[in-house]
Amino acid sequence: MVETVTLARSGSLAGRRMASVTELAPVARFSFRGSEATAIKLGEAFGARPAVEPCRSSVAGARSALWLGPDEWLLIATDQDAGTLFAALETALAAEPHSLVDVSHRNTGFDIVGAGGAGLLSEGCPLDFDLAAFPVGMCTQTVLGKAEIVLWRFAPLSFRLECWRSFAPYVADFLAQAADNQD
Amino acid sequence: MLLIPCPYCGPRSELEFKHAGEAHITREPQVADDQAWGEFLYTRTNPKGIIAERWRHTSGCGRFFNCLRDTVSDNILATYKSGEPRPSLETSGEPSR
Repeated sequence: MVETVTLARSGSLAGRRMASVTELAPVARFSFRGSEATAIKLGEAFGARPAVEPCRSSVAGARSALWLGPDEWLLIATDQDAGTLFAALETALAAEPHSLVDVSHRNTGFDIVGAGGAGLLSEGCPLDFDLAAFPVGMCTQTVLGKAEIVLWRFAPLSFRLECWRSFAPYVADFLAQAADNQD
Repeated sequence: MLLIPCPYCGPRSELEFKHAGEAHITREPQVADDQAWGEFLYTRTNPKGIIAERWRHTSGCGRFFNCLRDTVSDNILATYKSGEPRPSLETSGEPSR
């Protein structure tokens, strides 16, 4: 059975296993660094409380907080523009030592959805994508080929891949090649 | 390929990590003669056997941590967070061979 892999940057590709790769529209993203106590304060203002457990995400409506390191989270908001939200968060955190950086334009996101998604990623990522090893809600920084990426499983067959914008053509081509390899 | 257990993220492939030299090398600020400075900079134990090393989970959580590795078998015996004391081998579990 031949299914179609749609790739925003590279057009349509034939792939044996079903997966769609879609480049996402711009959203507000922040890199937040601070202590766990500061993260709790941030969570009150942001909506999604940053997870303390390693490699876990928290979602509240249109707001997501992804654990990247013991004092580092990636915040994603799809419901508000970055400038307004940034100002609101900075106001809430005024008294706390922290670092909040608007990285909305630094990153590009891809959604990789479908039964073949894990197989595509496995072409360039050494992680185990079994649901027991990489459950829904897990997020981590890792590699895809030569690109450093953030990978987040937000549903059993759905991954969000965040990479730096300059790496996006490479990541898109890598996934297209991966789909070709699996034909 | 080595599977290195990051103290934060759990076992990950070696290609996510960077080696960062021998661990537990401390500088004595009071001793500033050429001999001591040279030893601080360049002298390493380079053992055949167990060595404590610093590693960084570069393509993961980005954190430095320490690792006990057997230079003969390449077995990773233990990993622990920076600042924690070097674990004794009795508590590190696995034998080196």
